[in-house]
Amino acid sequence: MKKLLLLVLFVSVTMVTYAGGYRVSVQGQRAIAMGHTGVAVVNSAELVFFNPAGLVYLENKLNVSVGASGIFTDVVFQNEQLGISAETDNSVGTPLNVYASYQVTDWMSVGIGVYTPYGSEVTWPTDWAGSQLVNNIDLAAIYVQPVVSFKLSDHFSIGGGPIYVTGSVNFNRNASRTTTDFEGNRSNITIDDSGVSSWGWSIGAMVNLTEDFHLGFSYRSEIILESEDGVATFSNFPNSPAAPPNGDTSFNAELPLPAELTVGLSYEYKKWLFAFDYNRQFWDVYESLDLTFGNGQSSINPRNYKNSSVYRFGLQYQATEKIALRAGYYRDETPVQPGFFAPETPRNDSDGFSGGFSFAITPKLAIDASFFYLRFEEVEESYDFGDGGSFGGTYKSSAFAPGLGLTYKM
Amino acid sequence: MIKNNIKYLVVLALGLIACEPEFDNPIEDAGTYSSGEADFSNYVALGNSLTAGLADGALYITGQENSYPNILSKQFAFAGGGEFTQPLMADNAGGLLLNGSPVLNPDGFNRFPNRRVLVFDADAVPIGPAIYTGAPATTEISTNLEGTFNNMGVPGAKSFHLGAKGYGNITNLATGRANPYYVRFASTPEASIIEDAVGQAPTFFSLWIGNNDILSYATSGGVGVDRTGNPNFQEYGNDDITDPGFFDTTYRGLVGALVQNGAKGVLLNLPDVSSLPFFTTVPTNAVPLDAQTATVLNTRFALYNTQILPRLALSGVISTEEAAQRQINFVEGQNFVTIVDESLTDISTILQSPAFGVDAQTASLLAQLRQATSEDLIPLTSSGNIGVDLSGDGTLITGVSVPLGDADVLTLAEQALVERARLSYNATIEALATANNLAFYDVAADLSQAANGGIPFDSGVITSQFVSGGGFSLDGVHPTPRAHALVVNGILDAIKATYGVNLPSVNLSDYGTITVSNEVN
Repeated sequence: MKKLLLLVLFVSVTMVTYAGGYRVSVQGQRAIAMGHTGVAVVNSAELVFFNPAGLVYLENKLNVSVGASGIFTDVVFQNEQLGISAETDNSVGTPLNVYASYQVTDWMSVGIGVYTPYGSEVTWPTDWAGSQLVNNIDLAAIYVQPVVSFKLSDHFSIGGGPIYVTGSVNFNRNASRTTTDFEGNRSNITIDDSGVSSWGWSIGAMVNLTEDFHLGFSYRSEIILESEDGVATFSNFPNSPAAPPNGDTSFNAELPLPAELTVGLSYEYKKWLFAFDYNRQFWDVYESLDLTFGNGQSSINPRNYKNSSVYRFGLQYQATEKIALRAGYYRDETPVQPGFFAPETPRNDSDGFSGGFSFAITPKLAIDASFFYLRFEEVEESYDFGDGGSFGGTYKSSAFAPGLGLTYKM
Repeated sequence: MIKNNIKYLVVLALGLIACEPEFDNPIEDAGTYSSGEADFSNYVALGNSLTAGLADGALYITGQENSYPNILSKQFAFAGGGEFTQPLMADNAGGLLLNGSPVLNPDGFNRFPNRRVLVFDADAVPIGPAIYTGAPATTEISTNLEGTFNNMGVPGAKSFHLGAKGYGNITNLATGRANPYYVRFASTPEASIIEDAVGQAPTFFSLWIGNNDILSYATSGGVGVDRTGNPNFQEYGNDDITDPGFFDTTYRGLVGALVQNGAKGVLLNLPDVSSLPFFTTVPTNAVPLDAQTATVLNTRFALYNTQILPRLALSGVISTEEAAQRQINFVEGQNFVTIVDESLTDISTILQSPAFGVDAQTASLLAQLRQATSEDLIPLTSSGNIGVDLSGDGTLITGVSVPLGDADVLTLAEQALVERARLSYNATIEALATANNLAFYDVAADLSQAANGGIPFDSGVITSQFVSGGGFSLDGVHPTPRAHALVVNGILDAIKATYGVNLPSVNLSDYGTITVSNEVN
C-alpha cells in the first residue's frame, strides 16, 4: 500500500492544474488529484462547481467538501542578446473552496459553493527589465454560487444557479521604460480596488447511460468585473505639467472572467474510475486591458487572447475501503497569442500532472489530499506593444500546488 | 501513519525543488558570454565630460550612472568585469561649490550651475531648457573623495590636460591650471590624470579625448586662436585649437602609458562639432521682418550696396567676391542676421576718409559687416542675443541694425579650421589604434548618421535634433543616456571585432533622454 502510494506520487508526478491566462483550476481536492476532471464524476459536493446537475445523484443527503491548496508558482525570464534576466518572487497562493449540497427530495437537491476560479499573483523584482509592463499583480475573484439540481429521470438531470462574484486587484507597473523623477526614481502607477462585484450563472446537465457511465456538460457564463471605485496612485513622476501629478486619483477598468464550457465523461469499472473533461475557455473576450484614470491619463494594453482548450484525464483506484488513490494529466493550451505575451500572465502551453488520495477516517469523514505540478516548456515570446517597443525573451514557468481537504457526508 | 506522513513530506519537498523552473541555457552560465582576448577585471575609462557623464550642462549622479563607461562596465561584468567606481557627485542638481559658494565668472555668472531641465507651460507646451533650482548644489570642490576611481573622465579636459601635473591641485584653480572636477578625486595635488589611471594598473581601458581641443574654440564662436604649428601649450588660451602636431605627441604618450603593461583597450575618435545641436538649433535667418521694415532697412543700405561696395572693389580695397559677400539685403519674412566677420577686410578707416565721408559710428558698424549665410552657425547660447531691441525704439536691434559679434557666430571659415584639426586628430587616433592593436570605435560616423537622418533602434530613431531627437541633452553638446547606450553598443562592436569579445548589447529603448521639471525660478 505504502509502495503504491509512493509510486503514484512519484510516477504521475503530479502537476496540477493551472489553466491558461489567469484561470486557476483548483476547484476541488478530489478533482485536482484526477487532473481536475469532474463534469461527469458523481463523487462529492465538488459537483457544485463541476456540474450542479450531478448533485441530485449523490447517495447521501448532506454532502460537504472543503479544501485549500497552496500554489507555488515561479517564472524565470532571460534575454541573452541583452543580458537581462529576472525571476519572480511570488507569495504562495491559497485558493479555498467550500461546497455543500442537500437532497431536499428524491428529485431535487440544492447546494452552495464558494470558490476562486480566477486569480493571478506575480511579483517581479521592482524596476526589472520588463517593469514598464508589470512590477507586480495580485488578482483575485471569489465566486459564491447557490445551485439547484433536478433529476428528470434516472438517466438525466439538470442543474444550475446564479453566481455572485467579488473581485480585487492590485497592480503596479512603471510608467514607461525611462520616465523618472528628478532624482532618477522610476515613475510608476499602482491601481488598487476590492469589492468589485458582478453576477453570472452556470448551468449543467448529466446523462447516465448506465449506472457506471456518465456524460456531463456544464457551462459557466462570462462575467465582466468593472472597477470604478478603485484608487490609482501615481508615484515618482517629475514635477512638470508634461507629467501627471503624483498622488491618488480614480480609475476605470474592465477585466473579463471568461465563460467556460465543459463536456466530459466518466466510467467506473470495478475499483477503477476513469474521467475525461474537455474545457473550452472563451478568452477572446479579453481583447484589451484599458485603464482610464481620473487625472486624464489612460493606458491601453492590447491582449487579443484567443479561445483555448484544456484536455483532462483522471483516474481513481479504490485501493481499500478507506483509501482511494487518484492521478491525472491534462494538456492546457494558452490563450495568449504570439506577440501578446505579457509578463503579468506569462503562460504558455503546459502539461499538468496530478495525484492524490482520500482517506476515510470514518465512514462519514474523509481527508482528501492532492497535488499537481504544471510543466511549461521554455518559450521565446514577446509583448510587442507599449512603451519602448517589444519586450521579450525566454520565459519558463512552473506551478506546484499541494492541497488538503475534507469531505463529509451524512 | 506518522512515518508515512514524513515520507510524503519528503516527496512533497522533492517536488517543490523540482518545480523551480530552470532554463536549458541560463545566461548566468559560464560560456554564454566571453571576454575574448580582453581582460575586463580592471577597466579604467579616460576622457572628458563625455566620459564623466556630464549632461544638461552639469555633472550629476544619474548622468554619471548613465555614462557610457558605467553602462559598459555592467556589460563587462558578464565576462569577468570587476567593480567600476566613479567619483560621484553629491546630488542630482549638479552645481559645484568652492568653500561653500558658487564659483563666479568675471561677469558674475555661476561657472558651474545646476543642470538644465525642460520647462513646460501650464498647457504642457515646452517652453525650453532652464537651470534647475528645486534643490541647491551641494557638491564641494574642496572635498577630495579619496581613493581611486575607474571612471577618470574629467569634464573640460583637453588632450594635454591628462598629462598635466597639478591639474587636480586646488591652489591652481584661481589661475585656471586646475580642473575643479579633477580636484575632487586627484590622488595627490600634483598627480596627473594619466598617472592616476595607470596607477590603477588597468587591464582594459577606453580613451576618448580631444573633443575639447576643438570644441571650446567652436562653442566660443571662434574667438580663440588656431594654434596649428605651435606646440607650446603654455601659450594656449582656453578657446584655442590645439596644434595637431602637439595633439599627436600628447595622444601617443597617453596610449603608450596605458599599454605599457599589456592592457587592451579601445580608442574613440572625435565627432564633427558642427553637427551638434548646439550649433544647428538656432537658424541663421532668425530675424522676421515685415515688408515695411525691410524696405526702410534696405533704403538705409542702398547707398552702401550700390555705391560704396562697388567703389571699394573697383579700387582694389576688397575683392569683387567680398563686395558681393558684403551686400546687405532684407526681405519680408525671415532674414539672415547681420554679423561681424573678422575675416573680412576692415573698411572702417577708408570709409571715414574724405573719399567716402562716412561718419565714425556708421563706419564702425560697416567695418566687417555681412549677413550670415546658411553655412554659418550660431551657438545655442547666443540665441538670446538675436533680435534684442537695445534702444527700446526699434532702431538698435541685434542681428539687424546691430550685428552679432564674433562670439555669436561660428563662420564657415572658422568651421574649416575646426574640421581641419579634427581630421588630423582622428588620423592620429586611428593610426595609434592600429599600431597598438587596440580596438577603434568610429563614433564620429555614428554621430554623423544621427545628425543626418538619425539612427533607428528598437522603438524609434535617435537624432541630433535639439530636445526632441533623443541624442543630446539640454546643453546641446553632451549626449543623453540613450546616446551613451549607443556609444556602448558601438564600443562592444569594436571590441568584438578586435578581441573576439562576446557580450550582450544594450537596448536604447531602456535609456532615457532629457529630464522635465518645472522646478525653476
